[in-house]
Amino acid sequence: MRASMRAQVLTTAFLFVVAVYILLPLWWLVVSATKSGGDLFDTPGLWFGELHFAGNVERVMSQDGGLYPRWLLNTLIYSGGGALGATLLAAMAGYALAKYPFRGRGAVFAVIMGAVLIPAPLITLPLYLLESRLGLLNTVWGVLLPCMVSPFGVYLARAYAEAAVPDTLLEAGRIDGAGELRIFFTVGIRLMAPALVTLFLFQFVAIWNNFFLPMMVLNDQALWPVTLGLVKWHGIRTGFLRDAVVTGALISIVPVILAFVSLQRFWKADLAAGSVKL
Amino acid sequence: MRGGGKTNRAALVFLLPFGTLFVLFFVLPIGYAVNESLYKLKRSGLGFGTPERVFSGLANYAAVFRDGTFLSGVRRLLLFGIVQVPIMLGLALVLALILDGYAARFTRFFRLVYFLPYAVPGVIAAIVWSFLYTPEISPFGLDLLGDGVVLWSIGNIVTWTWTGFNMLVIYAALKAIPRELCEAAAMDGASPWRVAWSIKVPMVRPSLILTGVFSIIGTLQLFNEPTVLTGVTTAVSKSYTPLMWSLQVALDNNDYSLGSAIAIVLAVLAGALSFLFLRLSAWLTRRGVM
Repeated sequence: MRASMRAQVLTTAFLFVVAVYILLPLWWLVVSATKSGGDLFDTPGLWFGELHFAGNVERVMSQDGGLYPRWLLNTLIYSGGGALGATLLAAMAGYALAKYPFRGRGAVFAVIMGAVLIPAPLITLPLYLLESRLGLLNTVWGVLLPCMVSPFGVYLARAYAEAAVPDTLLEAGRIDGAGELRIFFTVGIRLMAPALVTLFLFQFVAIWNNFFLPMMVLNDQALWPVTLGLVKWHGIRTGFLRDAVVTGALISIVPVILAFVSLQRFWKADLAAGSVKL
Repeated sequence: MRGGGKTNRAALVFLLPFGTLFVLFFVLPIGYAVNESLYKLKRSGLGFGTPERVFSGLANYAAVFRDGTFLSGVRRLLLFGIVQVPIMLGLALVLALILDGYAARFTRFFRLVYFLPYAVPGVIAAIVWSFLYTPEISPFGLDLLGDGVVLWSIGNIVTWTWTGFNMLVIYAALKAIPRELCEAAAMDGASPWRVAWSIKVPMVRPSLILTGVFSIIGTLQLFNEPTVLTGVTTAVSKSYTPLMWSLQVALDNNDYSLGSAIAIVLAVLAGALSFLFLRLSAWLTRRGVM
């Protein structure tokens, strides 16, 4: 089917306008990261001034004794490690719920589904109070361990396991004398793998987005993720770190955007929404 | 497959790692907060010496609802949700329909562009927009941080960040509709608008409901964007949203009991609103409105 010329122009023009809206702040960020702190005020916002990018990078990397590179590394540890842990734990739990008809299975699943409805930020304050009792405040584990709990991930992994792992294959493994753990790691997890990549990506972004938890738990600047660090720099009223904040914001999102674009085929929103057509 | 002792044991082994962390970092904090919210710190005499922790029943909950800060915060969120959520989801739906249709060009490119903000954490988006809102720096030269407009400036940040994600969820659902269905309707003379409205929209209703519930829950826990803006404008106070207030109460005033009560009220409210929304959309469906 072909659309009329008029329809083509109108719809494409609409998409273009929205794209400008989406790209505008990112364009501003790229342009501003190349400017000196003074030029941010004195030159037109949407076009380049004198090139000062190298100076800005040097400043952001060395500010406060080189905290920024550390924040980047911390972010990678929290988001990468947390997402890896969350995916593995969710895969195991979801697989168990899908493939083992143990007693109390329905009840366990009901509790996990109830937890899906309670948004994590709303239990962050209670979590903080508990962690202060457990001595986990101001430690890497205080952020990393809660990030590994994803009830929604378990729900999705269960659906994936039901759809992608045939019982007959598991039976065959058992007849061959393989243990249950071995069957999971050689058969189950491989069949679930494409969906698990999607799960990992969504969890990665969720942790990368979660600013509240580290803000509550971490006092020590050296443990902060990059989001928390930039917000604190940004909040300094005099704004003397403005150029560092702008450049730091750009540097932190570029790798994630690149990863997004190159991993495009794994962003399956239907999987994230619980559909299981693999 | 029969669940013998051996497979029962295996299921336990698989569930144990998640289960342990789930109980420790999800169930226990909630229990702890519920318990905490039932007590009050009582300062004796002139307020010197260690305060005493006494059972106070539901007094903290009564205090939450009596406090004007909570009510004005909730009212602010309601206003925000009623305006911002329909705009964002409406835009996401229109974009998804256009991208799914056959009229527009360069759809792959546009789809990628719309998804980009999802890679940008809410606080970084808020930092960038806060510069664009500051008159001295902004290319628009407008003050978008004043008392009257700042709520909508926050709404703009949320819309910018989440429209693409919502669009993708709806788009995925559109892709699952059998092509023949729409083609048959077109053959029968239905206009593209008619096909979109009468066939596509009803068929993606589950994804619209899903994004609706996500957005309602997201609105209630509004925190990141306003927190960033407290650094650049006085129009956003530290108790601007209920979640921010719970933090202020707990950390600045050291009143963990009241802070816990606020958090629990919010969690219950989130659950109740989502439930109501689900019922409402089911009712509208039965009436044939949607």
